[in-house]
Amino acid sequence: MTNDKIALQLQPKEYKSAVKPVWCPGCGDFGVLGALTKALAGLKIQPEDAAVISGIGCSSRMPTYLSTYGFHGVHGRALAVATGLKVARPDLTVIATGGDGDGFSIGGNHFLHTCRRNPDLTYIVMDNQVYGMTKGQASPTTEPNWERAKLTPSGTGINPFQPLAIALASGANFIARCSSSDSNGTARVLMEAIRHPGFSMVQVLSPCVTFRPEQREWKRSLIPAPEDMQRTPDPAEAARLLMTDEGVYTGILYVGDRPVYQPKLKSEIDNIATLDEEFRL
Amino acid sequence: MTDTSKHPLRSIRSADELLAYSLALETEAVDRFNDLADQMEVHHNYEVADLFRKLAKIEGLHIDNVKQASAGKELPALMAWEFEWEGGESPEGGLMEEAHYLMQPWHAIELAMHGEQRAVEFFRHVAETAEDETVVKMALEMVEEEEEHVALLKKWQERFPKPEEGWDEDLDAPVLME
Amino acid sequence: MRFQSLSIALTGSGGSGVMTTGSLLLEAAGRAGWYGFMARSAGPQIRGGEAAAVLRIASEPIESHDDSFDLVLAIDPGSLARFLAEIPLRSDSLIISDAEGGRRGDSLPDTPARVIDLPMKGLAKTVQAGRPNMIALGALTKVIGLPLAPMLEILEKILKSKGADALESSWNCVQEGYEAGAELPVLDGPLVNTDISADRWSLTGNEAAGLGAVRGGIRFVAGYPITPATELLEWLAGTLPKVGGVLVQAEDELASVNQIIGASFGGTPALTATSGPGLALMTESIGLSVCSEVPVVIIDVMRCGPSTGIATKSEQSDLDIALHGLHGDAPHLVLAPTSVTDCLFTTQWSVHLAESLQTAAIVLSDQSLGQSKAIVERPADVSFMARRVVPETFAGEYQRYAISESGVSPMSIPGQAGGQYTADGLEHNQAGTPSSLPEDHYSQLEKRQRKIHAFEFGQHWADLEGSGETAVITWGATTGPVREALSRLRERGENVRLIAVRLLSPERPADMAAALAGVKRLLVVEQSHSRQFHRYLRSAYDLHPAVKVFNRPGPLPFRPNEIIEQLHNWGQAD
Repeated sequence: MTNDKIALQLQPKEYKSAVKPVWCPGCGDFGVLGALTKALAGLKIQPEDAAVISGIGCSSRMPTYLSTYGFHGVHGRALAVATGLKVARPDLTVIATGGDGDGFSIGGNHFLHTCRRNPDLTYIVMDNQVYGMTKGQASPTTEPNWERAKLTPSGTGINPFQPLAIALASGANFIARCSSSDSNGTARVLMEAIRHPGFSMVQVLSPCVTFRPEQREWKRSLIPAPEDMQRTPDPAEAARLLMTDEGVYTGILYVGDRPVYQPKLKSEIDNIATLDEEFRL
Repeated sequence: MTDTSKHPLRSIRSADELLAYSLALETEAVDRFNDLADQMEVHHNYEVADLFRKLAKIEGLHIDNVKQASAGKELPALMAWEFEWEGGESPEGGLMEEAHYLMQPWHAIELAMHGEQRAVEFFRHVAETAEDETVVKMALEMVEEEEEHVALLKKWQERFPKPEEGWDEDLDAPVLME
Repeated sequence: MRFQSLSIALTGSGGSGVMTTGSLLLEAAGRAGWYGFMARSAGPQIRGGEAAAVLRIASEPIESHDDSFDLVLAIDPGSLARFLAEIPLRSDSLIISDAEGGRRGDSLPDTPARVIDLPMKGLAKTVQAGRPNMIALGALTKVIGLPLAPMLEILEKILKSKGADALESSWNCVQEGYEAGAELPVLDGPLVNTDISADRWSLTGNEAAGLGAVRGGIRFVAGYPITPATELLEWLAGTLPKVGGVLVQAEDELASVNQIIGASFGGTPALTATSGPGLALMTESIGLSVCSEVPVVIIDVMRCGPSTGIATKSEQSDLDIALHGLHGDAPHLVLAPTSVTDCLFTTQWSVHLAESLQTAAIVLSDQSLGQSKAIVERPADVSFMARRVVPETFAGEYQRYAISESGVSPMSIPGQAGGQYTADGLEHNQAGTPSSLPEDHYSQLEKRQRKIHAFEFGQHWADLEGSGETAVITWGATTGPVREALSRLRERGENVRLIAVRLLSPERPADMAAALAGVKRLLVVEQSHSRQFHRYLRSAYDLHPAVKVFNRPGPLPFRPNEIIEQLHNWGQAD
């Protein structure tokens, strides 16, 4: 379907749909939306050749706001939908988007196995350490002593999930952390993530101004990782960084070259009646 | 509000390059104000939405000015992240996070003023660091222009009282969506 | 020519190879011109447990077990006890066993049948690398009057991969057993050797379903291992790459169903296969398929439930969840094959319907169909192919969920410029934008219902046979014994109608009314403890005739004489 098509240079704006986001003003997800449109424009991917897949949550509304193909499914299953689509349609650029609850709690198993399987997908997790759409419960990445959730009024008492360390251990092929307030920097990372073969995991720290207004401070606390620590191909080095940086380093933190999961879809037989033979007595 | 876009990392070398930066800056501003207007409309804050729409229109006129100035020239084609803004974002680009659904016109103008102020500082830095005289001259003109904008905005803001503490209080709980 | 059949059970334990023996016997019989089928029953062990191959060989195509067994071959005497409930015996049934075949002190259970000893273990020792099950195969070949030539052909075909030595020792054993069989009684009523020129197939219900899926256009499958659906997935894993498709082993059933939704969203007809526990996990996302109108097919090879239940044995107790397991108002298709061969037709039709109607189709097969191997005529080619309405051009704003008369709206495929939309499990408007407005909810609910209820499904909704004022209504695998019971009654001059429902959802009130016209007594036959099918019929249809229910849970199959008895005793024993 994409043969003979001339890649037009479109403006980032042209990757936005006519639907206006329901996100709260000030939400970090606006920055990610902007960054994603810039990355798609930068890569000259035609809107009809990209599909953005999501589950449930504030950030999972992303596909509706884009002019690409989109799929807004059920809670936690974005990566499964994205994997099925990419395996069946390797010609498409497939991007999954979602939040920390969707990806690491209800969808945790798919996260592990998609890292492990390594299909050529880009996964953008807008991490705000809270469930926004259900009114501010603690998520897997919430700190244990956050006491403002009515569901866990004394804090969760549970250590937060370390998405990037787990992605690395599970086999993700490209790992990055961004800040939504740095929309241009995020765009640059996303462009590289989309271009990199295999499963690219991009955590974007994206403040929830409604339930975690203190996260507006992230734009000051997040700092680019030292140049010499970025883009390491060595998982051990990346692991040390991810386990010791307390989540404040942004940038491309691991670039691997594991083989990509993409079965060949090429018919070996001309006539389907050939299949009859194995049943014939 | 913090100022994360003080200076570009290096000096601007040519008039064309400065025009490209200027065009990017104004385009970002228009997009941002329109996005903010959309956000306010979705959240039924129509007064501020209209104000942002107006600001977008005004910035649009600036784009026209830059386009006129660059008529017939081929400006360098840079991707958004290839501009070397200090802090990564263009002076008027990083305004989104300061928005609030209950914000009042005073806030909106304050926000716009910060953007303009950063633009002033950006062009002033260009004027100070550029070697090319044409660039210096152009940059100083732009400083002047942006300063005018700041002054106009200041005047405009005076028409609205500064909101009192608690302006962002909402007695209703957030809505459960999904 | 009079219909004749012979029912044979082979039992063994500890890796005695009864399944292989049964398959060889069945296929050799097929090559000799007979029809037949073989069901499998097993204990809980992964290796070395008790196992039974349950065969019926017949002069005509068959779909049912008989009332009782003519012949049992117990490789070791202890293995029969476990399966006695599944192997009814008569006083003239024959048990061949080996007193030395098992553990010292093991003995056959008490049965009315005659017992003859055959020292299979001893005879196997006389052959280089000999095995008792191959001695048994030779003896059975002789006892049922099967020529040796087709047996050799089948041995060569099946054992080709094992090497020449294995083939030689097996063949030597078969000949040894054949000679020993000469001392055994020949079973009464030898079978008629029918025309062998026909194109005859040997396949299981799981393979038939797989073939139906591939013929129907399925090119993407995701699945998670689960008994008794695993073999269906395994067959597809081997076959799909040949036709340019692929099977992905998913991390769980939640992933399976969402992967197929993703592939289908991309334009590739997609399917998964599972059993009850997996179907339960998938239900949320089957609702997503319905709401987002992305076609998928889910085959449920049913087993005894609830919970993990009895994973290796058959039951028709997933009807409720297949019909009603989705939350919200989620009209979808539920179909069920009525025989091993029909697994092919029904699956292929289901793919066609799901694709045409852009919805989810659940196909309810079961263990007894899926894991039974049948010798049949080559199944007829069916012209149903995946047929999705895709827009060719985009004039103006494309509306993915446009309200149309049929309820089906053209579905664009990623890559088509101008067709971009976001498929959504949130209620949406015609463009696909999330909407909480009542008018959008009503109109989209109505559209999704209309496309399914208004569709003309035609004659395949049920198998209707016979005439008369009495009818038996059933579905799925129980159709086989019902059909045989009614055919026996017909031979005696008693006319009873058969209604075997293939399309369970949506209901077909007009078709059902026509099928029931003139019926005064209706016997419902189903394999579920809580009478799920009966409750479904009561809720979906007006049943004017007097109704009687003959139900029981799995795993014991229905036998034709039980159904005849139910009909004859109507009103007497109730």
